[in-house]
Amino acid sequence: MRIYVNGRTSSSDAASVFGLRDSSFPDRDLVVLNGHRIEGDAPLREGDSVFFGCAGGMPDESEMGSIMAARDPPGMHDALRDARVGIAGLGGLGSNIAAMLARTGVGHMVIADFDTVEPTNLNRQNYAVEHLGMYKTEATADVLSHISPYVGVTSVNVRIGPDNIIDVFGDCDVVCEAFDSAEAKAMLVNSLLVERPGIHVVSGSGMAGYGDSNLIRTESKIKNLHVCGDGTSDAGGGAGLMAPRVGICAGHMANAVVRILMGSMK
Amino acid sequence: MRINGVEVGVRDGDVLSDVLSSNGYSTDRTAVELNGSIVPKRDYPTTVVRDGDSVEVVSFVGGG
Repeated sequence: MRIYVNGRTSSSDAASVFGLRDSSFPDRDLVVLNGHRIEGDAPLREGDSVFFGCAGGMPDESEMGSIMAARDPPGMHDALRDARVGIAGLGGLGSNIAAMLARTGVGHMVIADFDTVEPTNLNRQNYAVEHLGMYKTEATADVLSHISPYVGVTSVNVRIGPDNIIDVFGDCDVVCEAFDSAEAKAMLVNSLLVERPGIHVVSGSGMAGYGDSNLIRTESKIKNLHVCGDGTSDAGGGAGLMAPRVGICAGHMANAVVRILMGSMK
Repeated sequence: MRINGVEVGVRDGDVLSDVLSSNGYSTDRTAVELNGSIVPKRDYPTTVVRDGDSVEVVSFVGGG
């Protein structure tokens, strides 16, 4: 029967997963069947994806890909791996979206910010004290390399404006608008929707404070524009920005990216 | 015409920037779709709106 072993197509007559392990990889103590670790033996079936590793060991790129692919719904691994996603702004939204998309298996991200990590960012942004003083592009690339060393990252360390936005994000499939100011959000959305009609834009609007989590939603009122947030909670209103609600909004945005790449959101 | 599903009055010759500002929208924080097509900001002052037009306005608030 045809199966996948450690990322490669293989044929085997073994009756069980542990049987195959004992005959081919007797020294391996981590057994993953179709993306899930198993502790007890299981029958081996046509098309199964198995990974034999060492607990604590780092799989190579093809092994990692096969583990991810086996966990994902059909077609998802390839669709995400082949995608190029832009993240404009690496604050509370952007730094968290980037980490979530790396975990989900997006193959390439274009990350842009001009700023450095400072202590007031640590209440919500996906950085640690070791990143203080670093450019956010550099710090995010570091975070991503620790989550998923095989993700492709293009870092753009400039302030995004109408003059450079198409150069930076013009060849992305989806761009996440994760800026701070309302005017910058509008600038990005308008520039991309007008100049690159094929690109989907996912934008965050309204996630300040500690109001009702369930008011944060994803709406697609304008073609190719998907806005996540409660639409009203302005960071300038004294409500402040905190990790939980910013994280909820970032989760909405990252999931919108996945849905767009999977073709389930028009 | 309708803005975000709400019926609003429109006079002959009104342009998009007029109806947006008279209905309380701050156009430096918006994205605007007219009858299913995004309108570039530079065209707001020259885009004439008519009876029956449908406008979707997304207004952004700060924070990220």
